[in-house]
Amino acid sequence: MTPNTPLWEVFLRSRSGLAHKHVGSLHATDSTLALQAARDLYTRRGEGQSIWIVPSNAIIASDPADKGMMFDPAADKIYRHPTFYDVPDDVGHM
Amino acid sequence: MSPLQRFTLARADDALVLGHRLSEWIGHGPILEEEMALGNIGLDLIGQARSLYQSVGDEDQLAYFRGAGEYQNLLLTEQPNGDFGHTMVRQLFYSAYADPFWRQMMGSTDPTLAAIAAKSEKESAYHLRHASEWVIRLGDGTDESQARAQQAVDALWPYTGELFAADPDLPLGTAPDPQTLRPVWSATVGAVLNRATLRVPGGAWMQSGGRTGRHTEHLSLLLAVMQSVPRAHPGAVW
Repeated sequence: MTPNTPLWEVFLRSRSGLAHKHVGSLHATDSTLALQAARDLYTRRGEGQSIWIVPSNAIIASDPADKGMMFDPAADKIYRHPTFYDVPDDVGHM
Repeated sequence: MSPLQRFTLARADDALVLGHRLSEWIGHGPILEEEMALGNIGLDLIGQARSLYQSVGDEDQLAYFRGAGEYQNLLLTEQPNGDFGHTMVRQLFYSAYADPFWRQMMGSTDPTLAAIAAKSEKESAYHLRHASEWVIRLGDGTDESQARAQQAVDALWPYTGELFAADPDLPLGTAPDPQTLRPVWSATVGAVLNRATLRVPGGAWMQSGGRTGRHTEHLSLLLAVMQSVPRAHPGAVW
């Protein structure tokens, strides 16, 4: 990566979407050009109504090496899923 | 052909020729992000050209089977791409004119042109912003980028007078008086060049001829490439 074009992460909110979703990344020299590039790269087919740009180095990520400690303990706690309850018919959509 | 049709054809030629120039960047962009941006802008312009040609006649005939002497585009739009800075300065000069032009055309008494203007204005507004941001960064960048940007400004400046040439035959109300666009253009371009720490050239001598089919040598070379397939295989479809 060249030092004067840092990496940026792009988040889009679609027409029907409520939340911005991560769609990819790009290189740009500053936030203004990053926003323009995001528009030109990721909204060409009408995908977005709003764009967020975040410097990639501002993202704090979990360490892949910690995967076991972080996520495996949740794997056998099936009682945390609300699938053990009989839902009465007249409750409707849940 | 009526004066309004001739006027429309000339604007279609502007958009097609500049759109084709931008398409020449495909495969040669400085970075992938900008290559996509240049392609997008080129496609916007070619889309504008299509709408305008269709309102005059057969778009393929008009685009592919007229020679350079029949094209009425601005000389600015046919100038070669040069380096990336040169392309951005050319785009700034054109878009700073096209954006207020289309905004005023939205009030045209011709409903087709008013509708095309409404779509084109949004596109041109983005083209102007995109080119402005780049010219500011290139001008106010390194010694190298500033020298190249200034060179582009100086080289393209004589082609900007033609933007404001009047068309006295047009029916009143169909198109803006180009003289009203000049102060808007000067203010926009002046502000961008100022922020870019670039000099506004002092020279008053202006090149002209595009609107009457007297072009620089660059247009016929561009058309030779652009028209080669339809001329070799007229009527071909896919």
